[in-house]
Amino acid sequence: MQKLLVSPSPHIHTELSTRKLMLDVIIALLPVTVLSVIFYGWHELMVIAVSVASCVLLEWAITKFLLKKPSTIGDLSAVVTGLLLALNLSSLTPWWVVLIGAVVAIGVAKMSFGGLGQNVFNPAIVARVFLLISFPVYMTTWAVVDPGNIGSAWLLGADAITGPTALTLMKEVHNVDSSVILQAGSAGEIYDWALILGFAYLVLRKVIKPWITLSIWATVLVFYTILYFAAPGEYLAPGIALFTGGILLGSIFMATDYVTSPMTTKGGIIFGVGIGLITVIIRNWGAYPEGVSFAILIMNAFVPLINKLCKSKKFGRA
Amino acid sequence: MHNVTFKMGGIHPDDKKISSRCKIEVLPLPEKVYVSMAQHLGAPANPVVAVGDEVKVGQVIAEPAGFISAYVHSPVSGVVKTIGPMPDLAGNMVNHIEIEVKGDVWRDDIDRSTTLVTRIPDDTAFILDRIKQCGVVGLGGATFPTHVKLAPPPGKKADCLIINGAECEPYLTSDNRIMIERSSEIIIGAAIMSKVLGSCPTVIAIEENKREAIMIMSSALSSLKRMTDVCNDIRIQVLQKKYPQGGEKQLIDAVMDRQVKSGGLPIDAGAVVQNVATALAVYEAVQKNRPLITNVLTVTGDCLTVQHNYLFRIGTPLSFIAEYAGGVPAAAAKIVSGGPMMGKAVANLDATTVKGSSSILYLMEEQTKRRPETACIRCGRCAQACPMGLEPFYLFRLAKVDDYAALEENAVQDCIECGCCLYSCPAGVPLLDLIRPAKGNVLRIIKSRK
Repeated sequence: MQKLLVSPSPHIHTELSTRKLMLDVIIALLPVTVLSVIFYGWHELMVIAVSVASCVLLEWAITKFLLKKPSTIGDLSAVVTGLLLALNLSSLTPWWVVLIGAVVAIGVAKMSFGGLGQNVFNPAIVARVFLLISFPVYMTTWAVVDPGNIGSAWLLGADAITGPTALTLMKEVHNVDSSVILQAGSAGEIYDWALILGFAYLVLRKVIKPWITLSIWATVLVFYTILYFAAPGEYLAPGIALFTGGILLGSIFMATDYVTSPMTTKGGIIFGVGIGLITVIIRNWGAYPEGVSFAILIMNAFVPLINKLCKSKKFGRA
Repeated sequence: MHNVTFKMGGIHPDDKKISSRCKIEVLPLPEKVYVSMAQHLGAPANPVVAVGDEVKVGQVIAEPAGFISAYVHSPVSGVVKTIGPMPDLAGNMVNHIEIEVKGDVWRDDIDRSTTLVTRIPDDTAFILDRIKQCGVVGLGGATFPTHVKLAPPPGKKADCLIINGAECEPYLTSDNRIMIERSSEIIIGAAIMSKVLGSCPTVIAIEENKREAIMIMSSALSSLKRMTDVCNDIRIQVLQKKYPQGGEKQLIDAVMDRQVKSGGLPIDAGAVVQNVATALAVYEAVQKNRPLITNVLTVTGDCLTVQHNYLFRIGTPLSFIAEYAGGVPAAAAKIVSGGPMMGKAVANLDATTVKGSSSILYLMEEQTKRRPETACIRCGRCAQACPMGLEPFYLFRLAKVDDYAALEENAVQDCIECGCCLYSCPAGVPLLDLIRPAKGNVLRIIKSRK
């Protein structure tokens, strides 16, 4: 008889793997990625290419030369980080700033904590916040796209004109020219429906549960509704507030990162409400026009506590 | 009525019931049988025959060696050749009685006719004794002596008898087949046990993927209800398909919506659970005076050309059955005795069948080979899958550092070893491999405190 395997039960296993989950996240990010390349042109393509390539190469180099361990790039998590980082940046970001972002994301936020699964903070967010503080000009200069002339970014280059986002305007002059809304921002910030499509895909494929994302949205809407009616004209309308800035990208793709979010549904809701509250507070009373990244980072730090607080209910125990 | 299920955790593996339409075939007698003295939970039985003795089919060859133990009967007629230790499925040395088969001479007081006996004896003490004398044990996996389980400790009363026809393990179809082919006997067996338990209501629980069994059991139950009044308190409950529905605690939760307390027994929640095959064995014992010497086993696998369900004599070597079913397929990389979730992988087919044998399952390498372990991504799928509401990822970390105090606090002792956590892990983390021995150690610590 041939040599038989005798490993312990169970003898069958799920088809699902980390790689397949990450691939699903990449698929969910495709609509927004494709749209931003179409609208922002080759600048955007460059930012994405530099970000993804440097994230993957860095992880490969760190495992090979520093940790001397088998490479982990096959799990595709570095691709996800690279893509998310790129979608957080302006299409006008110079390549070397993108590279610094990748070093912070993969080198500092991910690998120095022990790699995938060990990091406390979402790597792409850490990089975004680092760049925002270190290179505020690059991080707040957005290309303005003419939605009526899709090809213009490719033919003329979009970097000729730059402009502020609705959030900056609200912050600085407390008045928003509605034509600006939904036009300027980082690539990942302006294609709401592409992002929501990605969200639907992730939920339908059961890659993520919707509770974290939905509780962020609900908190932001409720908070802005109160503000809107308390002081009309002073604050953004709730709907615009939700669809402006990084809330969609952050709540769908970064707050739901398994590693840096709570395990239970109840914990996820606490986490989501926390992110929503901190975002609105920073946006309206903090130093920065946008607060989602900071909010996610702060709540990331609370995850171990939330996990302690929200233990799952055990069978047959009161 | 809607299909119920247990509420916490669970998984939906492909059920692969590819042998469900294969009728039960009677396996021919082997040349020799090897009857284990430890085929029930509790103390191994004491042999009461000597080498050279002639035995008949159904003759007692070993007696219980304690309160939790069981009689063992000769499954064949012939001569006792040896009595001594032999490796069982797990490789543990266990006393076996080797009998050389000669003819097929049965004890004359066994009723071998197929006539359905619907009248149930009045004396419950007599029924319990019959079940004990016939060596009936639970055939759902744990092989706990049935007469002990049917006699709840004083002060505890069964509100419901659940007959477990869930058969939630993929591939296994022996329970499905007996529900199709021996439906009336199973229902009478259930009625007998219900009577012993003080005529408590009885629910026969079957998973929805066994449509034919549900249909046939339902019509058998209605016609029995027309013939006799012993089945009036029996009903059939269809369950959703979910693993591990056949686990006692999960089944009680599904059917009665009650949770057995941690560390408690089903009877504490007013439930007694018996497998459909046990119900059949009880029928045979009480109505036909026939000891538990046969059972039905599935020989199956995607790499096996023809699937089988065999009625086998207990003690028949696994190798004999595999040979008769066409030999071990070349593509088989793992042979499992039992289901793919909780069964035991064997290194060879030298071991013998026991009362609780349910299958020979052949798995191919690509079906069973584990993927290399990668980092836990804290996706929480193991915790979502755990039917006991535990956090396997955390127990695994604690088990790695032997933190038994924390393991106990996090209820490792409640683990039912169903394998849902390891099955669901996308990172290939061998959760149960470490949780299982940690649970054993914690249970020993808890026991030593008493």
